Amino acid sequence: MSPSTVTLNKLNLQAHPVDEVGIRERVARLATRSIKKASKVEGLKLALSMVDLTTLEGADTPGKVRQLCTKAIHLHSGRKDLPMVAAVCVYPTMVRIARKALEGTPIQVAAVATAFPSGMNPLAVKLEDTRYAVAEGAHEIDMVISRGDFLRGDYGRVADEIVQVKEACGKAHLKVILETGELGTLDRVRLASDIAMQSGADFIKTSTGKIQPAATPEVVLVMLLAISDFYRKTGKKIGMKPAGGIANAKAALNLLIMVREVLGPAWLTPSLFRIGASKLPNDMLMQLEKERTGVYQGPDYYSND
Amino acid sequence: MTESKISSKGSDWGYAPAPESADHFKLKEQYGLFLGGKFVPAGSGKRFATINPANEKTLAQVADAGEKDVDRAVKAARLAYDKVWRKMSGRERGKYLYRIARIIQERARELAVVESMDGGKPIRESRDVDIPLAAAHFFYHAGWADKLGYAFPGKSVGPIGVAGQIIPWNFPLLMVAWKVAPALACGNTVVLKPAETTPLTALLFSEICQEAGLPDGVFNCITGAGSTGAALVRHPGLDKVAFTGSTDVGKAIQKSLAGKATKLTLELGGKAANIIFEDAAIDQAVEGIINGIFFNQGHVCCAGSRLLVQESVEEEVVEKLKARMEHLIVGDPLDKNTDIGAINSKAQCERIQDYLKVGQEEGAELFQTKCAVPDKGYWIRPSFFTKVAQSHRIVQEEIFGPVLAIQSFRTLNEALEKANNTPYGLSGGVWTDKGAKIFKVTRGIKAGVIWANTFNKFDPASPFGGYKESGYGREGGRHGLRPYVELS
Amino acid sequence: MSKNGLNGKSGRLDVRKTYKMLIGGAFVRSESGRALDVEAPGGKWLGHVCRASRKDFRNAVVAARKAAAGWASTTAYLKGQILYRAAEMMEGRSSSLCEVLQSVGHSSAAAKSEVSQSIDLLVYYAGWADKYLQIFGSVNPVSSPYFNFSVTEPMGVVAYVAGEKRPLLDLVSGIAPIVVSGNSVITLSTGRSAVAAMELGEVLATSDIPHGVINLLCGLREELVGQMSSHMDVNALVVQGGDEKEHAASREACALNLKRYFLKSQGSNCDEDPYRIMDTVEIKTTWHPVGG
Repeated sequence: MSPSTVTLNKLNLQAHPVDEVGIRERVARLATRSIKKASKVEGLKLALSMVDLTTLEGADTPGKVRQLCTKAIHLHSGRKDLPMVAAVCVYPTMVRIARKALEGTPIQVAAVATAFPSGMNPLAVKLEDTRYAVAEGAHEIDMVISRGDFLRGDYGRVADEIVQVKEACGKAHLKVILETGELGTLDRVRLASDIAMQSGADFIKTSTGKIQPAATPEVVLVMLLAISDFYRKTGKKIGMKPAGGIANAKAALNLLIMVREVLGPAWLTPSLFRIGASKLPNDMLMQLEKERTGVYQGPDYYSND
Repeated sequence: MTESKISSKGSDWGYAPAPESADHFKLKEQYGLFLGGKFVPAGSGKRFATINPANEKTLAQVADAGEKDVDRAVKAARLAYDKVWRKMSGRERGKYLYRIARIIQERARELAVVESMDGGKPIRESRDVDIPLAAAHFFYHAGWADKLGYAFPGKSVGPIGVAGQIIPWNFPLLMVAWKVAPALACGNTVVLKPAETTPLTALLFSEICQEAGLPDGVFNCITGAGSTGAALVRHPGLDKVAFTGSTDVGKAIQKSLAGKATKLTLELGGKAANIIFEDAAIDQAVEGIINGIFFNQGHVCCAGSRLLVQESVEEEVVEKLKARMEHLIVGDPLDKNTDIGAINSKAQCERIQDYLKVGQEEGAELFQTKCAVPDKGYWIRPSFFTKVAQSHRIVQEEIFGPVLAIQSFRTLNEALEKANNTPYGLSGGVWTDKGAKIFKVTRGIKAGVIWANTFNKFDPASPFGGYKESGYGREGGRHGLRPYVELS
Repeated sequence: MSKNGLNGKSGRLDVRKTYKMLIGGAFVRSESGRALDVEAPGGKWLGHVCRASRKDFRNAVVAARKAAAGWASTTAYLKGQILYRAAEMMEGRSSSLCEVLQSVGHSSAAAKSEVSQSIDLLVYYAGWADKYLQIFGSVNPVSSPYFNFSVTEPMGVVAYVAGEKRPLLDLVSGIAPIVVSGNSVITLSTGRSAVAAMELGEVLATSDIPHGVINLLCGLREELVGQMSSHMDVNALVVQGGDEKEHAASREACALNLKRYFLKSQGSNCDEDPYRIMDTVEIKTTWHPVGG
């Protein structure tokens, strides 16, 4: 038997049909929650503390990563009441720079690995990619699943890769990116979530940010429900990270509402919920300033990184 | 490698109160009857108070129509029918309905707030469901007014005459729309009696008719209690009676009309089964159970008040249902985050509490959520019973509140047998991912509206109405025109 | 036939017919043992027919209920064929149907006309079996991502009280629109029209109509209408004839279980009316999400 068959046999892939219209309606209903005033301020601060501040450009430079780290620590000059973000998320070659810039803070350094974003490399290369990032000091590894294998129905191979990457992570936390925009249906999002969790993911993550659609509320809801079922069956709390396309403060608050009502307050912590973003924090900062000053804000007053 | 230093404690972040403002309009201190296009006091001068069930405060005084007022209303409707409405072309009638639809949209926020204050339903529902649907009903029927010949091929279509319509308190304005829109579209004139606990939006609707320039007497509104309704039904000047309410009252109306040529349609009670199979999308099914029984405090004739869940997933469904129910926010109907508002009246609240007692006495096990409820007003926490038998009263009788009875089943046939083992036949639900099974079950349930993989959906184009003791006649869609036309 | 049933030429004595009711596919006498005399318009004694009791009616309801589910789920095409087959059988026995009508006072031409019309009407409704739903059902364009459609379903068990003016045609024009949609029916024929009903029973019993789908009783209107309107396992009552007092009492009794109640007018202009099929069906509307 090939390793992937062994892994496949260990999986418990029960059918969990997902009704798309039902999911949309639940999302719409959750989005009618009205978050105002103190609740809004508190929610936005909580959401900021959950951000994985991200730069994943081919053009990233050490200087840009250092600026990003500064922003991660001091979200907005002149406000002392803001939390630090949870992590910065960079390519493996930038991990060392980020670690240095964040020294002495609780901010984690996450690295994308496994031939991010496409995953179109041999497993050996992906494992080496992972080991390199961990050796450079990454606290967290954001891996991508092999969508080709998944869509072909080779779930054993998908699972096996996750198992081996997890092993390569050592103590680093593993976030498994499903790249939901390439999976096509919510049923497949559910299936990929189940495979990832059963194969050792500490977090499941929607997207690379390189493909649209990314973290739609529908996809997030399906993944949260998968986490809930996994917890019910195993007692293990898996984390969730929507990333990509979370456009504004309202969308971020809607994510918190979803987590609160689907998984419960226990998940409202950066150790179990993250928001992958690069531009989003500024909109949240503008909303916070608006709540503080009563005046609608303009983007020119907020640093881009 | 550094261990995570991030806090792993969950936040207790929650939602602050988010009340909808009620300062953009002003209710009058008192409302008269709407007769022949004008608001007039009751002949007796009698009035009664309509109160806000969420705080027990009086909202307005409303005229109490007596027998003579009913007679004036029917005569006004007759006059309008003979002199104006029956002679008007369908196209012109339709244009009035379009106007009404538009004004409802324009006054939507006011209507939603008043609906929630008068009836206790959460603003989220009155804003997103009741009022938009009411406008949609007028819009839909407006377009039928000049196309009735196409609805009944091979027949010539005419109006019936004067319709007396009696509506309940659970969807006050929406029921106005369900009743009045098809009646007027088909060329009938109307005397409407809204429920005594929720008369306000029907009275605002009367204002809307004035604003729309609807000819005097085409729509008349008489407020009062059961005795006013009885006087209306008794009136010899009616050609048609349409009633929505309890099965007992429906039967009494049929009896009282026995010797007359008056046509009758009835939309009555229900005790719908919501059937969950093991192969269903369970989380969406749980949401469907929630919508089925807790929508509008369970004050819904088609509520999914009996949950039939396949044995193999019973534990999972019940566990998930409990968890989901704990997130239902009970409280101020005007708060935008409220999921379950106030019980419509003291009497109804007592009735539901009585059933909660009866259920436990019968040996069923009660679960209620732990949410806080306000001190003033009438409230029932979301509730369900397990360990119930088919013979229990809580399984057989319509509770009309946020109370669910849960039973399990093993086979499809057993599910159908339990679902149909009731004198009612208004609605039903089925949840399964298997297409063939959906059609087998939707065919097998003896009820007029079947929701497959969804529940409690309404649309003006979709016929609504029951089998058996849930009444007869349909409202909505092409079939909903039939009760308001004479075919020859 | 001569006066005594004695054939003049051969001297052979006719074998007379015992008119029996049709319940659940069986020919039965009234369980009560009671019978009624039937006389021709001139006063000539024609024979006995059963005087159905409330128990006979109850037995018929049981038979009809038993047959209802199977008949309702019979395909529309097959229902059409079975009704057409019944028309074929009537055609084959048209001479005896004519004879019966003549025996209760029809002229030869009138008898022939009524039999032909009855057969043609059955053929007419047989043709509706797989069409009326296409006319009266609908797909409803709701403003949400749902597929929504309305179909008709038979109510179940329908009781029908036939008028006496057209002994055969009043019966057939009542039965056809009721059974074509999948209801089973219990009919009551009264007075001298009973003999035509019983003759029709013999035709139907040899057709392909499943036992219990059509049950034919005869008896006294005033004795049985009250049973029909109050029975809790009857879904609808259709009546022809009767006076206002009876109608009021029926309508009141029908309220017991909200039985649907319809007055069927008499006359050839409303025999052929597919909207009458709609009287004894329910509209069922089904919603299903449209998603991936």
